[in-house]
Amino acid sequence: MSYQKSSFRHPNLAVNDLGLTHRDYEGSLSTLCSGCGHDSIGASIVQACHELSLPPHKIAKLSGIGCSSKAPTYFLGKAHGFNSVHGRMPSIVTGANMANRDLTYIGMSGDGDTAAIGMGQFAHVVRRRLNMLYVVANNGVYGLTKGQTSATSDRGSKSKGGEENLLEGIDLPTLAIQLGATFVARSFSGDKNQLVPLLKAALSHRGFAFIDVLSPCVTFNNHNGSTKSYDYVRDHIQTASVTDYVPVKEEITTACPPGVCRDICLHDGSILRLNSVAENYDPQDRAEAIAAIERHKAKGEILTGLLYVDPAAEDLHEVMQTSHRPLNTLSESCLCPGNDRLQMINDSFR
Amino acid sequence: MHSIKSVNEFVIRFANVNGTGSASANLLFAKSLFRMGIPVSPRNVFPSNIQGMPTWYEVRVSEKGYLGRRGGGADIVVAMNAQSLAQDMRNVLPGGYFLYDSTKPLDPALVRSDVNILGMPISEICLREYTDPRQRQLFKNVIYVGALAALLDIEFEVIKGLIADQFKGKEKLIIPNIYALELGHQYASTNFKCPLDVRVKRSDQVGDKIMLDGNTATGLGAIYGGASVVGWYPITPSTSVVEKFMQYAKRLRIDPATGQANYAAVQMEDELAAIGCVIGAAWNGARAFTATSGPGVSLMTEFLGLAYFAEVPVVLVNVQRAGPSTGMPTRTQQPDITACAYASHGDTKHVLLFPSSPKECFDMTADAFDLAERLQTPVIVMSDLELGMNDHLSEPMQWDDERRYDRGKVLNEEQLDEIERFGRYLDVDGDGICYRTLPGTHAEKGSFFTRGTSRDRYAVYSEQGDVYVDNVDRLTHKFKTAATLVPPAKITRQGKGQKIGLIYYGTTAAAISETVDTLTEKGIKVDSLRVRAFPFGQEVADFIDSHDQVFVIEQNRDGQLRSLLINELEINPRDLKAVLHYDGLPITARFISGRIEELLLDAGNKKSTRNVASR
Ligand SMILES: Cc1ncc(C[n+]2csc(CCOP(=O)(O)OP(=O)(O)O)c2C)c(N)n1
Ligand code: SF4
Ligand SMILES: [Mg+2]
Repeated sequence: MSYQKSSFRHPNLAVNDLGLTHRDYEGSLSTLCSGCGHDSIGASIVQACHELSLPPHKIAKLSGIGCSSKAPTYFLGKAHGFNSVHGRMPSIVTGANMANRDLTYIGMSGDGDTAAIGMGQFAHVVRRRLNMLYVVANNGVYGLTKGQTSATSDRGSKSKGGEENLLEGIDLPTLAIQLGATFVARSFSGDKNQLVPLLKAALSHRGFAFIDVLSPCVTFNNHNGSTKSYDYVRDHIQTASVTDYVPVKEEITTACPPGVCRDICLHDGSILRLNSVAENYDPQDRAEAIAAIERHKAKGEILTGLLYVDPAAEDLHEVMQTSHRPLNTLSESCLCPGNDRLQMINDSFR
Repeated sequence: MHSIKSVNEFVIRFANVNGTGSASANLLFAKSLFRMGIPVSPRNVFPSNIQGMPTWYEVRVSEKGYLGRRGGGADIVVAMNAQSLAQDMRNVLPGGYFLYDSTKPLDPALVRSDVNILGMPISEICLREYTDPRQRQLFKNVIYVGALAALLDIEFEVIKGLIADQFKGKEKLIIPNIYALELGHQYASTNFKCPLDVRVKRSDQVGDKIMLDGNTATGLGAIYGGASVVGWYPITPSTSVVEKFMQYAKRLRIDPATGQANYAAVQMEDELAAIGCVIGAAWNGARAFTATSGPGVSLMTEFLGLAYFAEVPVVLVNVQRAGPSTGMPTRTQQPDITACAYASHGDTKHVLLFPSSPKECFDMTADAFDLAERLQTPVIVMSDLELGMNDHLSEPMQWDDERRYDRGKVLNEEQLDEIERFGRYLDVDGDGICYRTLPGTHAEKGSFFTRGTSRDRYAVYSEQGDVYVDNVDRLTHKFKTAATLVPPAKITRQGKGQKIGLIYYGTTAAAISETVDTLTEKGIKVDSLRVRAFPFGQEVADFIDSHDQVFVIEQNRDGQLRSLLINELEINPRDLKAVLHYDGLPITARFISGRIEELLLDAGNKKSTRNVASR
């Protein structure tokens, strides 16, 4: 069941450029467990979309199956949603995006949905450089089916029943970078300050933007011994860089001192400002990004923040040179060549 | 020796090595008869290997217009594959002709005294005439076509015209090809008694018909039907549907001003993703399709259930091949009727269309988009390898320029403004079809969650029993509406009051006129009904009711359409006799009429023994 929220609007709520408040970006009341990381991700998405002044109905939110895939019901209620089948959101969003390049596409998935059943589709949507934001709410466990280990569960992490995971966990950001994603970040559902600017930058990025968000499952994977619990993640997090998102319309007032911060200009003219970059981290160097993730992992740390970005890469529509007019708006005059043409074609078969 | 005598009524079989360029020469042969106004039906019989394996090309020539496979041996065999000589010799009918490359003498053990053997040193001629090894190989094929022109009395001007058409823009190639034709022609005229007793004669039986394969027509149907998104994954025998779509789209769907493509064809990573891409695009308001064959259909089933339950218009072309599993990937069958009619878990049913000619491939594919959007459900076009990959004589394709796409019940911004409360699954019109909205239409209204889970009329998730039943019963009602919208069955009657009826569909159609004639000659009169769609219309039930004996003719082992008729129309299984052909070759009239005679005899015997027993 989902519940409608009251439409009462507080008079002092901040409005964005579209005259919309935060409430205009919310969804129905969540039915997830209270404290579930997925709801915090939803709240951050609401904030990011509101602050970016994206028209809510021009967003499409798509997901597979899982608690994480249910989460889109609880944000952006004015946007169309598609809760598809387990692990197959990437193909649905590919078709949707081909049909209408003008919407903003947010794919929401889980670690099971992406790294197990959906691994094939995930790999290929990355490789296709579809213009979208792909968020994995990563809790290292199958929440919806009640607590089985998932493919992103770290080696050595213990299940709620005390069993140790003996297999290697899949690192999704590493994979995404290798497969050609042009924006890759990792964050934590409990750290809005980091997550919201990353979401804003990812939504402004043209091409495939991937964010792996550690999102603890309070019911099945938040115990001692789990490497995806709130406590463990908080204690082991390391930041590649602190990201600030500066929208196009805002002027940058402070200069960026070299060695301390770094500005990256996105396709739409907005600026990503990276502060306190760790170890002279260069987020435009693919090999270095992967090496840094590995280095931190070896030390038992989780590297977060913007890991890799290529702001100039082409997306799938550009590669395919599809019409700038959304294909779903084309009518007979563009689509149907007419009978005269057909008679010429008939003649070629005589 | 007795020689077969026949004008415009024979079968010629070409035995070649795959990948040696014989295909275009063989087509040249078939097409020259077609241009002489003689009905022909050419067929490839090929293995799934790409190069080096034997392949056969069989052309049935029939003034009477019998264009199904004839079956049995060939009147003429052109044996150009040293490896299959023995088999090819066996294939010649007594009194028939065997044309072979005599550069290497024929093994005396192979010689048959009841066959006219025509040896022609083709390799030797090529060795003498050409230095380039590639040309030596390629022109062999053209040379035997030249010889056949003399042997069968094919108008030389017609072949020359075809060559000129084929090499339009590459004029340099015309003269050498015609030279090779003449080499063959000359050799045959001087060394054999030309023409043979089996030969051709100009006719007027072709009219304005065209000759093309079903997959090309299907691809064109998708272009004309307005498909703008394609998700696909290659699989024989469906691949050329999308390849042809893309080939024509590159010409017909590029905006002349901007050079941008008015379509997007994405090669996906598998069939799951291919149908997923189509569902996503259709959900977002584009006309979208994919094409596949049996193994792909198996992979697509979870998604087909989603599209059925979430009510997303999807067009799927299934070019069937022999299953199960990988089965016989280069052989034809109609083996996916059950798999497609009920694809996916839970109570599901899908709309199926059964084309039987390239013209129908074109029409039904274009119509499938209207039907899918009108009904908001998957529509599956059930072609097969025989139809899809072989050339057929077909009525020309037509398009009515006044025709507008039926985009179905989609609410726009103004319509949403007028509605108090939008309910995605409200049956406003009472036909089981509800109104949908597309993402991005309205700032405040019309958004909803599309899902494969149960939901109420307002698209809100629900696991309440009555809500679920309300929804799935509406889907049943919608399927009844579908039965009134799909193309009706085609019925042919032999006068009033016939007691025997034949039911068939798809490529079996090619064998039916010959079947009916054969049976009539034996005093058996029959009516026939060609099923063109599922769900079945009332006319199908009435036809079965009004005949004492009904035969359901199919190209699968289990009589899948028969089961579907029994299941959906509540027919007593005893009232439908199965006539089943499933060795992977196209069904023949000989087989059908023979089997029907057997079954009739059987039924007659049973009746008389029953009478004896009861006495
Ligand atoms: C084909 C198929 N197989 C299995 C399932 C059952 N199933 C539903 S959700 C899920 C795992 C979800 O895990 P994850 O993606 O990590 O999401 P979470 O619930 O943890 O957020 C499984 C196995 C299904 N719905 N469909
Ligand atoms: S089971 Fe875990 S993942 Fe699912 S809603 Fe509860 S806390 Fe979240
Ligand atoms: Mg999970």
